[in-house]
Amino acid sequence: MVITIDGKKCEFAPGQTVYQVAKANGIYIPVLCHHEQIKPVGACRVCVVEVEKARSLVASCALPAEDGMVVHTNTPRVLSSRKLTVELLMTQGHHNCITCESSGNCVLQDLAYSLGVESPRFEESATYRELEQANEMIVRDMNKCVLCGLCVRACNEVQVNQVLDYSGRGPTAAVGPAFGLKYEDSDCVFCGECVRVCPVGALFEKQGRFQGRGDDLQKVRNTCAYCGVGCQLDVNVKDNRIVKITTPREDAPAPNYGSLCIKGRFGYDFVGHEDRLTNPMIRVDGELKDATWDEAILYVADKLNTIKKEHGPDAIAGLSSARCTNEENYLFQKFLRAVIGTNNVDHCARL
Amino acid sequence: MTNSITDLGQADCYLITGTNTTENHPVISTFIKRAVTQRGAKLILADPRNIELGKFATIWLRQKPGTDVVWINGLMNVIISEGLLAEKFVAERTENFEALKETVAKYTPEYVEKISGIPAEDLKKAARLYAKSGASAIVYAMGITQHINGTDNVKSLANLSMLTGQIGRPGTGVNPLRGQNNVQGACDMACLPGNLPAYKKVTEAADRKPFEEAWGVSLPDKPGLTIPKIIDGAGNGTVKALYVMGENPMMSDPDLSHVEKALANLDLLIVQDIFLNETGKIAHVVLPTAAWAEKDGTYTNTERRVQRIRKAVDAPGESKPDWEVITLLANKLGADWKYGSAQEVFEEVRKVTVSYGGITYDRIENEGIQWPCPNTEHPGTPILHAAAFTRGKGLFSVCEHTDPAELPDSEYPLLLSTGRILYQYHTATMSRRSKGLVSRTPQPFVEIHPEDAVTLGIAHGDKIEVSSRRGTIEVVAEVNGRCDKGMVFIPFHYSEAAVNRLTNAAFDPVANIPDYKVSAVKIKKVA
Repeated sequence: MVITIDGKKCEFAPGQTVYQVAKANGIYIPVLCHHEQIKPVGACRVCVVEVEKARSLVASCALPAEDGMVVHTNTPRVLSSRKLTVELLMTQGHHNCITCESSGNCVLQDLAYSLGVESPRFEESATYRELEQANEMIVRDMNKCVLCGLCVRACNEVQVNQVLDYSGRGPTAAVGPAFGLKYEDSDCVFCGECVRVCPVGALFEKQGRFQGRGDDLQKVRNTCAYCGVGCQLDVNVKDNRIVKITTPREDAPAPNYGSLCIKGRFGYDFVGHEDRLTNPMIRVDGELKDATWDEAILYVADKLNTIKKEHGPDAIAGLSSARCTNEENYLFQKFLRAVIGTNNVDHCARL
Repeated sequence: MTNSITDLGQADCYLITGTNTTENHPVISTFIKRAVTQRGAKLILADPRNIELGKFATIWLRQKPGTDVVWINGLMNVIISEGLLAEKFVAERTENFEALKETVAKYTPEYVEKISGIPAEDLKKAARLYAKSGASAIVYAMGITQHINGTDNVKSLANLSMLTGQIGRPGTGVNPLRGQNNVQGACDMACLPGNLPAYKKVTEAADRKPFEEAWGVSLPDKPGLTIPKIIDGAGNGTVKALYVMGENPMMSDPDLSHVEKALANLDLLIVQDIFLNETGKIAHVVLPTAAWAEKDGTYTNTERRVQRIRKAVDAPGESKPDWEVITLLANKLGADWKYGSAQEVFEEVRKVTVSYGGITYDRIENEGIQWPCPNTEHPGTPILHAAAFTRGKGLFSVCEHTDPAELPDSEYPLLLSTGRILYQYHTATMSRRSKGLVSRTPQPFVEIHPEDAVTLGIAHGDKIEVSSRRGTIEVVAEVNGRCDKGMVFIPFHYSEAAVNRLTNAAFDPVANIPDYKVSAVKIKKVA
């Protein structure tokens, strides 16, 4: 089956939307309220296209492709509608990019820029809402919310935590936990999926605020340090310091496809903690005293040699770690077996 | 896991037991919750506590703690008596079925109800759901294994999957959820007293030979000591030196007073860690190491997927990656190790570890590979046992119920289970140094049933003293309905109220796993 988009014949599989077919064929249609892991709702109208023989413009993210359909993605009618939509979105709330954490990484900013909307034709809404920032993890700036509903749908469809929903109508419409509760007072478990999918600067990581954004940050792909799921995540670094943990907004890899839990997304600050050990230590007169590596290694080697000589290798044992890498665990057991000569090696698998 | 995490999302029916998945493996729980809410998959939950997943359960079996063999045998009793077994699978792919049939014959639904408290009708419904669904997946964790008969519990689940042919296909299998980032890898790499890498046996000369050739030494053939035996050995003076890397036995092991005395008896306690944990505080030598995100390497996750970790920031002060420290020590003791990077170590790992043979850093740059992966052309193995079991035919094991080592009595009337909570992790050396996590659960607590609280004159938030035959700790009362009457739950994360002061050092005879899910305690309000 084939549809024609901007003059290009595109094959598609039943069930695919026009947006998906266009994307697969390298044809750009902007989206705001759409996410590949979430059911399309066609709410924001940013992705409208002109379909021949259709009465009005249609949201491509929610439009199933049909054989023989002819679609245009950038006619003057489409661009004018899209521009109007963006202007209205910008009018709703306060979209100040200067100190926004999402600057350089914002769908609304990209849309306004690409459509040349320097300032909207309409007056900005006057109401300013205080930031919700009492908890240690997530800041909510509802002045920047465009009511795309992705946070609500991610909470319900991706994580199935069923905490966020819509409330109010018209100018009082809002997203958040029931009864207008703050995140920390609701059943929210701080998985941060809402932060991940938010296309603008309405939801962001508190501890990373003003610490670096966009291209300032170097992203280093890692495997989470906590449970055995092995979630893939990006450590965002600036000046040799972890600023925040993120996951790709789209096209995220197995096994977690971009989802994390509170520990993976917000539990990283043990890494640079002031309690970290920085020097080897040897106990002298009952107290641990700083030592050099040479002193510490020599001390351990001497003692192990003596014990092995006097009591045999089986008087020595080692406990390895399910936290350490494969490489380290491999060397640890090789050390006990090949260097010391004992099979007395175990780890915390049962605990 | 026999199957993959992604694959788990395809099941038609889940049997979830001994895993508080939404708290301990939150991301895996999302696959299950989506399957239930978006595809109408069925969920059988067997758990003594009223956990979050109960909201999504089709049927909830609330067994008495320590009766798992009973209800699992009961499911098989119903399946056999109602003719719901996979006869072709049993005939072609398994052996010892007659012995199984004979054993489970006495575990009738009525008998199961008497021992486990699970209503007979619920058991029958669950058996039918599991057996009749197109693809049923068993998911379990430490609630199944941390018992004196943990091995039998696991074997019983394996029996159930084979009896119904719910294994070796997408959306099926026996899927243990492993609790630590690299516990699978630490086992694969043979940090176990009886194994060499890839589960070769130290007792078999033919298994030792390739390692002796690769390492240029002759290797000991006597199995070593497991953790509880090492602790006992330290206590009785047969173990003189203990080298602890990234572990905290002074928090994680049962009956801590016993552990404390034993470790104090050592001539040499070496602790290599990122923090001065409870064990480090009593060490003779402390060696500082690089943490996660400060070094390169690989972890193997619960679905056997080998994935990269990468250095993102420098380690503080003089601390070094663990692999460098071990290398320094080995060479000081006369070895000639020349590893220049984690990748060089991995290259040796894959040469001597058949199941890792085809995995290279280049191949897993973007996405990890699931072992077994014997060569670099092999795509990895998302589902185990598809055509045959490792030993050929699947062996039905005969498992009978055993009582836990310690049950409540008149002096210690409450049953204690321990475990983790969402906001903390293991002995909490990492998670209690994270602002966000600490803000959610700042203090140690005990979950207690409202009726027990009333009987004992305890209110929510009261300070409580919990005692067992081995020790006493102070915690705050969290009065809720998660535990049944007569049962309490305490997380093991808090050093100021270390619940392992209370737990019983009773172990499964095969696996040597401690019974953390059943011991007896009493509680009283602190005046």
